[in-house]
Amino acid sequence: MKFGIMVNTGPYTHQAAHTAYQFTRAALASGHEIYRVFFYHDGVHNASRLTVPPQDENNLIQQWSDLADAHNLDLVVCVAAAQRRGLLDAETAARHGKDAHNLAPGFRISGLGQLVEAGIEADRLLVFGD
Amino acid sequence: MAMLHIVNQSPFERDSLASCLTLSLPGAGILLIEDAVVAVRTGSRVAEDLLAAMTDRHIYALGPDLDARGIARDTILPGIRCVDYAGFVQLTTEHNTLQSWL
Repeated sequence: MKFGIMVNTGPYTHQAAHTAYQFTRAALASGHEIYRVFFYHDGVHNASRLTVPPQDENNLIQQWSDLADAHNLDLVVCVAAAQRRGLLDAETAARHGKDAHNLAPGFRISGLGQLVEAGIEADRLLVFGD
Repeated sequence: MAMLHIVNQSPFERDSLASCLTLSLPGAGILLIEDAVVAVRTGSRVAEDLLAAMTDRHIYALGPDLDARGIARDTILPGIRCVDYAGFVQLTTEHNTLQSWL
């Protein structure tokens, strides 16, 4: 079965971000396909490669990157939500004259159409938020 | 196949569980995750509502979230089924529509 996952909270604001990751991992382990994970609202904070949590804590951003690498996941960050919160890829940073970019490996920035498409193409769309 | 309702808020902070219990249809599944799992303790203020709902709906609780909150399995209402993350995934495949009550 194909799943679409929507994540609406950041890693340190609500457990939902962690639940989304655990669900995605379990779905993959059960042999299902993750069509796309869409990060919206504060969920875009899950994609900042500049986060440095203590070494004995879960690093959710790294965990998403690793999972994307291992399973070729499509991790999509909403462009409008990202720009408002200072989450930029190299191209966007250059376009706006910023001196840094912070999109973690395995993520890409795109628009809400990607969420709509996930809703159409996936068998189930699951929302995680606060 | 019926709808799976997913509730993640404590019933002592928000009314999403109450709304879900009011609006869900017979045959539906209701999965409690994150802070919502505190509802399932025997003697909780919403215990009677959950027991009433269980006459025609299935209620599940996410085991890892019970464990994280120190809620022992022998202190929860009879009839509540505990699932792990794999069970969570399976529930979403067994129901054809999902509703997250955020």
